[in-house]
Amino acid sequence: MNIKFHIQDLNFYFNNNKVLKLINFEIPANIILGIIGPSGSGKTTFLRALNRMNDLESGSRIEGQILFDGEDIYSSDYDVVALRKRVGMVFAMPVPLPMSIYDNIVYGPRLSGVNDKKRLDVLVEKSLTAAYLWDEVKDRLKTSAMRLSGGQQQRLCLARVLAMEPEVILLDEPCSGLDPISTAKIEDALTELKKEYTIILVTNNTKQAARVSDYTAFFLMGDLIEVGNTGQIFTSPNKTETNDYITGRFG
Amino acid sequence: MRIHPRYTQGGAVAVLGGATILTLMILVFIIFFILEKGLPVINLNFLTSNPEDMGRAGGIFPTLIGTILLPLLAIIIATPLGIFTSVYLSEYTKETKVTKVIRFGTDCLAGIPSIIFGLFGYIFFVITLGFGWSIISGGLTLAVMILPTIIRTSEEAIKSVPKSYREVSFSLGATSWQTVKKVILPNALPGIVTGIMLSVGRSIGETAAVIFTAGSSLRIPSSVFDSTRTMAVHFYILAREGISAENAYGTAATLIIAVLIVNLSAYWLMNRFIAKRS
Amino acid sequence: MKLISEKGVKRLLMITAFSAISALLLIALFIINEGLPFIFKYGLKEFLFSSDWQPHLGKFGIYPMIVASLWVTLGAMLVGAPLGVAGALFLSEYVPKSVMNIIKPTIELLAAIPSVVYGFIGVMVLAPIIRDNFGGPGLSLLAGSIILGIMILPTVISISIDSILAVPRSYREGSLALGATTWQTIHMVTIKASKSGIIASIILGMGRAIGETMAVIMVAGNSVNIPHSPLDSVRTLTANIALEMSYATGLHRQALFATGVILFIVIIILNSIASVAIRKRMVKK
Repeated sequence: MNIKFHIQDLNFYFNNNKVLKLINFEIPANIILGIIGPSGSGKTTFLRALNRMNDLESGSRIEGQILFDGEDIYSSDYDVVALRKRVGMVFAMPVPLPMSIYDNIVYGPRLSGVNDKKRLDVLVEKSLTAAYLWDEVKDRLKTSAMRLSGGQQQRLCLARVLAMEPEVILLDEPCSGLDPISTAKIEDALTELKKEYTIILVTNNTKQAARVSDYTAFFLMGDLIEVGNTGQIFTSPNKTETNDYITGRFG
Repeated sequence: MRIHPRYTQGGAVAVLGGATILTLMILVFIIFFILEKGLPVINLNFLTSNPEDMGRAGGIFPTLIGTILLPLLAIIIATPLGIFTSVYLSEYTKETKVTKVIRFGTDCLAGIPSIIFGLFGYIFFVITLGFGWSIISGGLTLAVMILPTIIRTSEEAIKSVPKSYREVSFSLGATSWQTVKKVILPNALPGIVTGIMLSVGRSIGETAAVIFTAGSSLRIPSSVFDSTRTMAVHFYILAREGISAENAYGTAATLIIAVLIVNLSAYWLMNRFIAKRS
Repeated sequence: MKLISEKGVKRLLMITAFSAISALLLIALFIINEGLPFIFKYGLKEFLFSSDWQPHLGKFGIYPMIVASLWVTLGAMLVGAPLGVAGALFLSEYVPKSVMNIIKPTIELLAAIPSVVYGFIGVMVLAPIIRDNFGGPGLSLLAGSIILGIMILPTVISISIDSILAVPRSYREGSLALGATTWQTIHMVTIKASKSGIIASIILGMGRAIGETMAVIMVAGNSVNIPHSPLDSVRTLTANIALEMSYATGLHRQALFATGVILFIVIIILNSIASVAIRKRMVKK
């Protein structure tokens, strides 16, 4: 199987607080990896390490390596901007930029120098369709994205990432503020999307991980406790902590 | 003797509230006093004709030109410098010794009295650089004077752009400059414009820094190297030398109206900005 | 290609970021360059502590102007600080936020009124009142103090309000919950917690009062003498510079720049104290 990310001896610090402790594992391509764990377990930090979004926080420091397609993304000459184009991200709270729906979607492509109107139109339709949003907004692409409902905004954010045509999509609790119907739509979209993308989904909702992911990783207090096939993790976990968490004893 | 808390409370409200009302009354009094005496003097002829006999008669037309040109030149120079500085401080660097020094320098510059700016502008622009008493000397001096205001208000405006917009932009593969250009500056714009307008208001009313750098010629300037007289300087000369009380009031009223228009539109813009944000 | 230009942008921005501090240094350099040689030539002690200001005789003692500036500033503080702090407390503690949001910018309009207009009001309204009720020339230290006291109000009020609002709500709620009245809360909790910010606002107001020129020229009378009563006519350091700059040459002009150096140093010291006080507030927050 094709490996997308190799994580080797990864330690991560915020101002000398160690928030990730000696993480080692591999993430294969074209799967959905669910990352679960109670809040404060380091799962979001881990996710944001994969596209170097943690760089934006002051006082962050990393040890060890993250190899993306065999290249160390934290080496000094690695092009972060190019990395973020290949590894897209959807945040917990939907954040449409204060511009039209259309301009939101083409924000990424335009940055990469795509200015051809026809090509952008095609990209907009394609990514909105893939995010299950096209039918709801196709008649009002020029209106402000701020007017969409929360669920629609989050699908817009997904579509915006898809328009960059990345290889990996990182999702940080994308459904935490959404209603069940919107959540279902996003989950449907993800299941479709894994054919073309590698998807890494951080979620507080263990059931969601069970529903959509192929592999599941369980983080606790900065440690990667266990990672494996979703079926195995949820039916016969190797560690008692995992079992306690998924059966709802804590978290 | 112990006074019941309820009475001290009542006394406090009376004293503190009285202080506030007194402050407001002073403001209202100043504006009304000037407008009441000055408005009858203002008419189209007053605004569009040249002063005669040193300002004893006639209008204030050349001073209007000076009052427009000097602040205009000042903001043309100070705005890009101020915005770039605030972008650098808020987007391109973390808090370090260097940024602390820059911030301290900006604060100090903001506190320098205008007479010092006048001295500096005179010795540097007028004498050393040889610009003479001129629009350019006055404009450059004002530019230095308003720079800290523009830096501060721009930085406030930039800081008020939600952090999540930056994250989204970076996560979509934008560089820092692309993020600044496409997301941060457009969203901070109303706040930045507010700062610029407040600076214009200050420049319009400035006298000490202008009189030693732009001079007080009443002729209509033909180039930026000509001397000019602003409304504030004209008013000062009329009032101090007792040339014409009537024209002094007329000039003061025009000055107050100009300053009020600029400042009130700045607040209006700021309020709209805040309303949109929340 | 793109990365190179990105670095170029960063470098350009960094250079412009030094514009304000370079301007400050340039101002210091040129004022000092023009004024310091005079101080060495004339003697600092003679310059600061001689009462003899007769430029045409080569006598340049600025002592009367220093005393006048100090008195006028002190007077302005006596008028402006209590009034300003009281207004700030009222607006931030007793008035609903929506009302404060209207009144605060209105009071800040006081800062927008040109100083020549304040001076004019002083001449036309205040000086006659003083002359008729207390005697003296009217244009006096007292008139200067009152006008300057009004002029520093917006500085004192708006910086005090900011620092009072920075006091965490929980402090106040804690106090109110224990049965304190608003006034008790203010004077036991709020003032203590926002003390350094209020002090900073007063110091900045002081800097403004010392540096103010045009209004003072118009209302303080401008006689070079050491005042014996608030009703005496006085000339401040700034007024002295502005009044004589237009015709001064040679040593006389240098003496005025030397006065500027003294003023500059005083202002920088006041600003440094204020900025430490404000930073202290931020740290506490």
